Amino acid sequence: MQRSFLLYFLITIVGFVFIGRLFQLQIIRGSDYDPIKNAAVKPQYDYPERGYIYDRNGKLLVANQLSYDVMVQPNQVKPLDTLEFCKLIKITKEDFIKRFEKAENYAPYLPSVFLKQLAKEDFAFLQEKLHKYKGFFIQKRIIRNYPINAAANVLGYIGEVDENLARKSDYYQQGELIGRDGVEKQYENLLRGKKGKKYLHRNRFNKVTGSYKNGAYDTLHVNGKDLTLTLDIELQLYAQKLMKGKRGGIVAIEPSTGEILALVTAPTYNPNMLVGRKRSVNSAILMDPNNLEKPTYDRGLMAAYAPGSPFKMMNALIGLQENVITEKTSFYCYNGYRYGNRKGAFMGCHCGIFGRPIHLETAIAKSCNSYFSNTFKRIVEKNNEPSQGLDTWSKHVKSFGLGDYLGYDLPAGSPGLIPDGKYYDARKDFRWNGSSIISNAIGQGEVLTTPIQLANFTAAIANRGYFYTPHILKKVENTSIENPEYTEKKITTINKEHFDPVIEAMHEVFKTGTGKWSQVKGIEICGKTGTAENFAIVNGERIQLADHSILVAFAPKKNPQIALAIFVENGGYGSTIAAPVTSLLIEKYLNGEISKATKYRETRMLEMSLQSEYDKLIPKTEEIASGTK
Amino acid sequence: MRQERNNIFAGIDWILIFLYVVLVGFGWLNIYAASITDEDTELLSFSTKYGKQLIFICLTIPLIIIILFFNSKFYEKFASIFYLISLISLAGLFVFGKKINGATSWYNFGVIGLQPSEFVKAFTALAVAKLLSDRQYNLKLIKNQVKAFIIIFTPALLITLQPDAGSALIYLAFFFVLNREGLTLNYILFGLLVIVLFISTIFFGIKVILTSVFLLITIAVAYITYRGGKRFLRFNWHKIIIVYIVSGLFIVGTGYIYDSVFKQHHRDRFEILLGIKQDNKGIGYNSYQSELTISSGSWTGKGFLKGDLTQGDFVPEQHTDYIFSTVGEEWGFLGTSTVIILFMFMLYRIIYLAETHTNKFGRIYGYGLASILFFHVIVNVGMVIGLLPTVGIPLPFFSYGGSSLWGFTILLFIFIRLDAHKNYEW
Repeated sequence: MQRSFLLYFLITIVGFVFIGRLFQLQIIRGSDYDPIKNAAVKPQYDYPERGYIYDRNGKLLVANQLSYDVMVQPNQVKPLDTLEFCKLIKITKEDFIKRFEKAENYAPYLPSVFLKQLAKEDFAFLQEKLHKYKGFFIQKRIIRNYPINAAANVLGYIGEVDENLARKSDYYQQGELIGRDGVEKQYENLLRGKKGKKYLHRNRFNKVTGSYKNGAYDTLHVNGKDLTLTLDIELQLYAQKLMKGKRGGIVAIEPSTGEILALVTAPTYNPNMLVGRKRSVNSAILMDPNNLEKPTYDRGLMAAYAPGSPFKMMNALIGLQENVITEKTSFYCYNGYRYGNRKGAFMGCHCGIFGRPIHLETAIAKSCNSYFSNTFKRIVEKNNEPSQGLDTWSKHVKSFGLGDYLGYDLPAGSPGLIPDGKYYDARKDFRWNGSSIISNAIGQGEVLTTPIQLANFTAAIANRGYFYTPHILKKVENTSIENPEYTEKKITTINKEHFDPVIEAMHEVFKTGTGKWSQVKGIEICGKTGTAENFAIVNGERIQLADHSILVAFAPKKNPQIALAIFVENGGYGSTIAAPVTSLLIEKYLNGEISKATKYRETRMLEMSLQSEYDKLIPKTEEIASGTK
Repeated sequence: MRQERNNIFAGIDWILIFLYVVLVGFGWLNIYAASITDEDTELLSFSTKYGKQLIFICLTIPLIIIILFFNSKFYEKFASIFYLISLISLAGLFVFGKKINGATSWYNFGVIGLQPSEFVKAFTALAVAKLLSDRQYNLKLIKNQVKAFIIIFTPALLITLQPDAGSALIYLAFFFVLNREGLTLNYILFGLLVIVLFISTIFFGIKVILTSVFLLITIAVAYITYRGGKRFLRFNWHKIIIVYIVSGLFIVGTGYIYDSVFKQHHRDRFEILLGIKQDNKGIGYNSYQSELTISSGSWTGKGFLKGDLTQGDFVPEQHTDYIFSTVGEEWGFLGTSTVIILFMFMLYRIIYLAETHTNKFGRIYGYGLASILFFHVIVNVGMVIGLLPTVGIPLPFFSYGGSSLWGFTILLFIFIRLDAHKNYEW
C-alpha cells in the first residue's frame, strides 16, 4: 500500500490543481465575460441616412444619393466569364485581375470593395446578370449629392474616416464616412445621426449563422438631422459668379443676427467633384500644394491680411472713446505725415487736402493717413506710457472680435493679429513709442485681419456698438438654434454715440469718396475702401504686384440688413473691383435683382479677369510680403 | 463455481463499468454538440462526426464481449505475441501508412482509419506487466532496468519517428509502474529536475539560472561541510566539481538546444505558455479560444447545444483534442469539475483494485492502465485549460476517434477481465 501512495497523491494534487484552474477560468474570470465581446458575435452596423442641408430660404443644398459598389468575397467566387463581366462593369481584364488579387490579399473570406460607385446604367445591366457571378454582389451606399454648384467651402465634404481616428474612436470604424470640412465636419454629430448595431452570430469562418440572442442586444439607428444654414444661396451664387477670374474672399453678415449670408472664396470648386468615383483624382488636384489657385483654401475665413484703410474707422472710434479726439478735432496734412527726423520717417497721403484743417468725417471719406497717424499717436501716448496706451487700444480692437478666432461655427480660420504692449516690449533692443508703430494707424504694420473678422467689425459698426458672433447654422430640423454663443449680443467697448460720425463718414465714401462710382439708386451704402501693397519673389526677383483690394460696407444706412467685407487679391484700388462688386451684392440682396441702370456694372464685373496679373506669379513663387511697406 | 466461470460477466467491477459508460456517453454528447450542423439529421451515419462516433461506441460492445470472453491466463501467455504484433504494426506504418497532418500514424481502410499507436499502449502495458511479474526479475539490477526500458521505449521511438511526439510522450507514464515495482524514484526526480531547469532557463535566461544554480550548490556544499566537518569536502570534492560542470553544461546546453535544435513552432508554443509571448490570433489561437470558450461557461454553462462558441466552431479540433472546452462552455464549472472528479474516481478505483491483486501480473497491468490514463488526462486537460503546452493527444473515452476509444476500451477491459479473475486460481 505504501508504494501506491505516490500515484494516489499525484492524482489528488493534479485533480485539485485542475479544478482550481477551472474555478479561476470559469467563475473568477467568467464573471467579467462580456457576451458582446464574444468572438462568435459579429456586430453589424445599420447606417442611418445623413441629414440634408438647406439654405436660409429652404433651398436644398446637400442631399443624398444611392451609389452601388461591386463587392467581392474571393473564396466564394466560382470560375466565370471574365471578359463578359469586365465588359459589364467597363474595366479591362488586367484591371480585373489586379482588383481581384487585391481583394484576395486583403482576406479571401471577407467581402471587400471590388469596384466603387458603379454608374447607374451599368448597375442596371449588371444586376440582371449578377446571379451568374458567384461571390460578387452589390452593396448600396449613400453618398452626397449637391443639386446646386455652390458654397463648396462652406458645405465641406465627407470622406472615409482617417485610420488613426478610427483606431482611437469608439464610434467610427475603418471605412466609414465622416465630415471632412465645412459644415459637414462642424456638425458631423448632428448630420450623421447614430448608427444602429445588430449582433449576428457567426462561426470562425465568419459565416453568419443567425441573429445573436434574437436581437436582444440590437439597437436601432437614428437618422441624421436636417440642417438649415444662414446662407442665402442666391447671394452666394451671385457672389461666386462675380468673383470668377479673380482671387479673394467675400463674407456677408446680417448685422442684426450675426448670420452669415454669403461666404465666398475664389477660385472655388464644384462640390460634386468630391463625390463618386473621381473623388480621389479630383481631391489630389484640388489639394495639390503647387496649385496656386488653392481652391480648398477658404480665403474668407483664413486669409489674414493687413486690413488697410478700413481699419482707420477703428482708430477713429477708439480716439473718440478715449477722448483724445472729438468730432471737432482737426489735423493738418502736408501730403503726408512726418513721424521722426530721419529721412525715411514720412508716411505719404493721397487725401489731397494740403495745409487745411481736416475733420474726422472728411478724414474717413478721403482716407487721410495723417489724420489717423495723429490720432493713433495720441491714443498710444495718452499717458506717456506707450505700452499701456497700446494695451488700451488693443483691448478696444479686440472687443470687436479682431485678433482672435471669432468663434464662428466653421472649422477653418485664422486669429489674425492685434499687437499689444507686450508684443513690442518683447522685441529685442526696441525702444518704441507711437511713432515707431505708426503704420498700425492706417491698418498696415503688424495688424492682420481676416475677411470674416472685417465683416463682423463692419456689422458691429452698423449695429452701433455690438455684434452677434457670425454663424452658419440657423435651424436644426425645424428648431432655431439656441446656442447663447450665437444668440447673445457681444457689446464692444465703444459707446454708441461715437458711431454716428463714423457712419456718416462711411456714407460719405459712397456719396462723394472712393465709392461714388458704385452707388445704387435708392440704397444708402456705407463703406470704406482700402488697398494693401503686395510683393512677391518671382524667379529670384522681388517684384511689386498690383495691390490687394479691400472693402467693407453695410447697407442700408438706417436699419442695416447686410454687412460685408470683400478682399480681392491683386485687385488694385478698392474702387475698381471691390466697390462695384459690393454694390452689386447689396443691390441683389436688398432688391432681389439688378436694375437696368446698373446692369452695365454687372456685365463689366462678370467679364473682369485678373488672370494676367496672377500669371505673373508663375512659375513657382513664394509670397514674402503682402500689405506691408 | 464452474457456471460462474463460464459467465463472462461474473466478478467484474461494475463501478468501473459505470464510470466508463458515463464518460463515454457524456463524451459523445459533447462530440455531438461540437460537430452538429444544420444539415445533419441522422444519428447513425458515416457522414457526420457524431454519427461515426456513435457507430464506434456501438462497436465497443462486441469488442468488450470478446475481451471478456478470454481467460486471464490468455492475456498473460500471449502478452509477448501481442507486443510483437504491436511493434510490427507500428513499423508497417512506414510502408503502408497514410500521412495525415504531417504524421504517418494511420492505416487507411476506406471509411475508417486505424491509428495503431492508440492500441499499442495496451499491449505495451501487457508486456511490461509480463516482464516485471517474472519471479526471477529484480528491478534493482541495472540489466533488468535496461530490459524494461527497451520494452517501453521501442514503441515510443517508433511513434516519435512517425512523427507523433505527443503520443510517444505517454510512455513516460510507465515510470510510475516501474516505481511501484521498486525502481528508485531518483529517475523521476532527476527527470523533474531536468524539466524545471529547462523551463526556468528559457524563462529567466542562461545567466540568471547559471548564477543561481551555482549559488545554490555552493550554499548546499557549505551547509553540509558546516554540519559534517571537513571530511565531507576531502572525500567528495571530485563529485562536487562534477555537479558544477554537469549542471553548468546542462544550462548552457539548454540555451543552445532551445535555439538551434527546437523548431520555431515548438519555441512559440513554449513561450506562449510561459507568457513570454502573446499571440491570440496565430499560434496561440487554439489555447486562447479554448480558454475563452471554457471561461464563458461560468457556473452551470450555457446548456446543451447552446454554447455559441462551440456551435460557431471557434475552437479548432474541438471534437478531438479540445473536447473538454465544450464541456466547459455548455456545462460550466459544474460539468468540468464533475468530469475531473469522475476521472479521479476511476483512477483511484483502478489503483485500489490493482493493489488487491494477489497476482503480480494483474497488479502491474493495473498500474500501467492507471498511469497511462492519468498521463493522458494531465496532458490533455492541462493543455485545454492552458496550464501545459499544446500537445495533441486525446482525452480518454471522451475525444472523437475510433482508434483512441477502442484503444482505451481494450486497455480498461483487459484489466476488468484480469480483475474479475483475481480471486480464481491461475
